[in-house]
Amino acid sequence: MGYPNPVSPQETPVLSQYFGNQETISLDGWRKVGGYAALQKALGMTPAEIVDVVKASGLRGRGGAGFPTGVKWSFMKPGDGRPHYLCCNADESEPGTFKDREIMRWTPHALVEGCAIGSYAIGAETCYIYIRGEFTEPLLRVRQAIKEAYDAGILGANAMGTGKRIDIIVHKGAGAYICGEETALMNSIEGRRGNPRIKPPFPAVSGLFAQPTTINNVETLAAVPHIINRGADWYKSMCLSNPKSTGSKLFSVCGNIARPGNYEVVLGFSFKEFLYDLCGGPPKGRSFKAVIPGGISVPIQTMEEAEATKMDYEGFIEQGSMLGSGGVIVFDDQQSMVKQIARAARFFAHESCAQCTQCREGTAWTTRILERIRDGEGTAEDLDTLLLIADNMTGKTICVLSDSCATPVVSGIKKFRSEFEALIKKTTFHPVTAAVA
Amino acid sequence: MTAAIPRNGHDGNQDGGHEHGAPYQPVFVGARRQELDELFTKYPTKMACLLPALWIVQDERGWVSEEAMAEVADVLELTPAYVKGVVTFYTMYNQHPVGKYLIQVCTTSPCNVCGAENVVGAFLQQTGCGELGVTSADGKYTVIEVECLGACGFATPVMINEGFVESVTPEKVPQILAGLD
Repeated sequence: MGYPNPVSPQETPVLSQYFGNQETISLDGWRKVGGYAALQKALGMTPAEIVDVVKASGLRGRGGAGFPTGVKWSFMKPGDGRPHYLCCNADESEPGTFKDREIMRWTPHALVEGCAIGSYAIGAETCYIYIRGEFTEPLLRVRQAIKEAYDAGILGANAMGTGKRIDIIVHKGAGAYICGEETALMNSIEGRRGNPRIKPPFPAVSGLFAQPTTINNVETLAAVPHIINRGADWYKSMCLSNPKSTGSKLFSVCGNIARPGNYEVVLGFSFKEFLYDLCGGPPKGRSFKAVIPGGISVPIQTMEEAEATKMDYEGFIEQGSMLGSGGVIVFDDQQSMVKQIARAARFFAHESCAQCTQCREGTAWTTRILERIRDGEGTAEDLDTLLLIADNMTGKTICVLSDSCATPVVSGIKKFRSEFEALIKKTTFHPVTAAVA
Repeated sequence: MTAAIPRNGHDGNQDGGHEHGAPYQPVFVGARRQELDELFTKYPTKMACLLPALWIVQDERGWVSEEAMAEVADVLELTPAYVKGVVTFYTMYNQHPVGKYLIQVCTTSPCNVCGAENVVGAFLQQTGCGELGVTSADGKYTVIEVECLGACGFATPVMINEGFVESVTPEKVPQILAGLD
């Protein structure tokens, strides 16, 4: 459903089927639509069987990286005598993305069920759901759902009467974009500053409290009960383009567009149809100029690239960008790309955890130079300087926040160079021209 | 949708536990101490209770004072410097008293292209705050810009204390402020 817009026949509502429905928020309502049947079924399977089903479904991480979920789960070795942890990443803070928020608001039990299945599959007795502090309403709904599930015996020491222990605990974030990075998230749960950790060791070896840990996004975990209920083949059959990208995916759409909201389509859907038909095209009297299709960390697409895109992991890469978190930000012809890229850089400068020099200094320098250009005070060398800084910020730090700041700058200068030059030329002193004049 | 805006638990007099120079009143007594003890059962280390413990402080006092940081350090067996290091990392812990209503306007790119700057301007002018981060003379309002609130399709989202208002335009600001009184 294009919540808050009515559902379109071109959508495939699986996760979003009950968005906007007040009934399915509660445990009773959730059970009426088949809730917790998947958990019941899963608890009758072995953890390895669950991992195999998820592997076969082709489900890939919906938080941004797109790593195959079943493969990630298979790194965990249940029964090795160590405590295992599942962390659900509900820190959704990638600008342009607001899908997990709606999953938690309308179907909190879908997430609880997915977390419970995931915990069992990886041999974790405890799952922490890390919800960003700003999500006050989703947080209340998830807490309430967990309480209902404990009271009904679904969670706890004897989950659904099977004698297996599953605990789910909500951990409230406190305002830090970087805590959406999985190792920063673990540090934050441990009561530390949200600084990302150097990998290796990877979380499956030494993660939360130095124990084997898996981190999954909300949307990924919410898809798991559907896969357990309806089978890997059903999930895999949802594919319109590349067989490596299966299932339905929520896309959040915002910025200059007629109908912003969440839309769920099968991977491989035409991005052109998506933008013009489902989302209603540009606001009246305007035209589209550019799209950032996967949250602000991915490269900017020109409309030519966007309109040729098949909406899946490979399709966005083929057209110069990435699927990322599925947060589609649209810019119309009234927007200055320089101003918007400068604003994006300011975001990253604000959110840098500051432990790596390239990021701490690079995000701040980039912002200052971009804002100088925006204000008409740029110099002829500024674009080269920006690209040099971007190069020094890419692939050289502990996490990818630094790369994420460089991405819109590099792709913006490459694809909209004339806008930058127009602002710079206004103020640059050209001695030759001046002499002739 | 417009969520109801709850008031802060405290009532304007945000002194971090001091009454005009009176000794610091600890937060973790009675029911709050019980809350803390319950937290200890949810995590394998005391340190992991730090973020939730700071949330309890802020809920009780409206902000996190240096004295409160020392108290948290004491109950969690950490050093005050360590606790301060963590408090200052996260943007949502108020390190100074704020107005009775803390108004946080999202101005990140998706909201920026939808006119968030004008929403900030309307709040600053109509609350009498004038400047970002400054509390109005009557102690009622503090307005700040905030990075992405994760509700980009409902530009411009505004957080007022624990409440969330979606799709705010400058025209809606008078009505929102009237609803707070």
